[in-house]
Amino acid sequence: MPTALELAHRLRESFGDALSAPFEFRGEVTLVVLDPSRIVQVCQEAKSGCGFDLLVDLTGVDNYGEDPRWTVVYELFGIAHGCHLRLKTSVSEEISEIPTVCKVWRGAEWHEREAYDMLGIRFQGHPDLRRILMWEGYPYFPLRKDFPLAGKPSEVPDVAFTKPAPLEGGPFVTVAGGADSIVREPRVRTPESQD
Amino acid sequence: MTTTEFGYNSKIEGDVVFTQLDAALAWFRENSLWPMPMGLACCAIELMASGASRFDIARFGSEVMRFSPRQSDVMIVAGTVTYKMAGALKRIYDQMAEPKWVIAMGACASTGGMYRSYAVLQGVDSIVPVDVYIAGCPPRPEALLDGLMKLQKKVSRQPVVKDLMITSALRGAPKTPTGVVVGQAPAVTHA
Repeated sequence: MPTALELAHRLRESFGDALSAPFEFRGEVTLVVLDPSRIVQVCQEAKSGCGFDLLVDLTGVDNYGEDPRWTVVYELFGIAHGCHLRLKTSVSEEISEIPTVCKVWRGAEWHEREAYDMLGIRFQGHPDLRRILMWEGYPYFPLRKDFPLAGKPSEVPDVAFTKPAPLEGGPFVTVAGGADSIVREPRVRTPESQD
Repeated sequence: MTTTEFGYNSKIEGDVVFTQLDAALAWFRENSLWPMPMGLACCAIELMASGASRFDIARFGSEVMRFSPRQSDVMIVAGTVTYKMAGALKRIYDQMAEPKWVIAMGACASTGGMYRSYAVLQGVDSIVPVDVYIAGCPPRPEALLDGLMKLQKKVSRQPVVKDLMITSALRGAPKTPTGVVVGQAPAVTHA
């Protein structure tokens, strides 16, 4: 049985400098795809050549204030060999677009819709790139770091509306492990009020 | 016969009951409130428990959970209403035939509850008129049944004949688009 690190090295051999050297952290192996436009080829090779037949998850990360702003993360798993591999690639805010891997794993379809809905990363060639959690026509991307937790007001006449939620100085956070229910009561805890 | 029988006795009264039409119709209405179960989150589990044998919502004539808005009288909004679901909820409410009532079951449906978030509608009363609010997260089935009894009480007080469109037509009064003035103000709050 190959290990995840061996598989990552094998994957890197077929692409050379398009991939970074694999690095391991707490038993999990990550490869960085340096050229986001080659992500489909890398994924296809990972699936057919290295046996990563399951896309566990596909997410986006907002590195707000840095360039490139977006990181797209692919969590791969091989059912036959039981190894886990993570692929990462970065996209700048100006482009905000990356080729879809729907052709490689059909299951990527909804994951990519979620990443699009929450962060606004578009997936080139996606068969059905609609919002999946927010309503169609919602003008914002709520998981971006510059989007407030309470939300923003929006209005699409005859379709839907949103209003900011009353946070009242919140968010209200429960501290686990308190001795009694008075201590465990949810209270306003902002980054400023943390002790 | 050694015991006295109270209530309706067909031998004595001869298959005739004297009452007001309004009272009879309201009695029919309040004891057959068919729910439209709008089960959206964990409150729906308690709603199901209310329908099962221990709590038995059938005692109040509300055991007929209709997943068709055309055949239901009261929409029980049981759970968190996200903005995405809010459109579907409003549409289903609009499809329900008059007279219709709404129960906001639990903290989320009443106020948004603990979800003070961009994705959650802060109280279903901003899109549909709510008759009864039920506190709890989730409320126990007893609380739902109590809320249902409060709604029954409200329904029993509402005039039926006077507000029918046919009545106003026969009397020559101007036609009102909505003949029934139910559920326009949140009246009863259950704590």
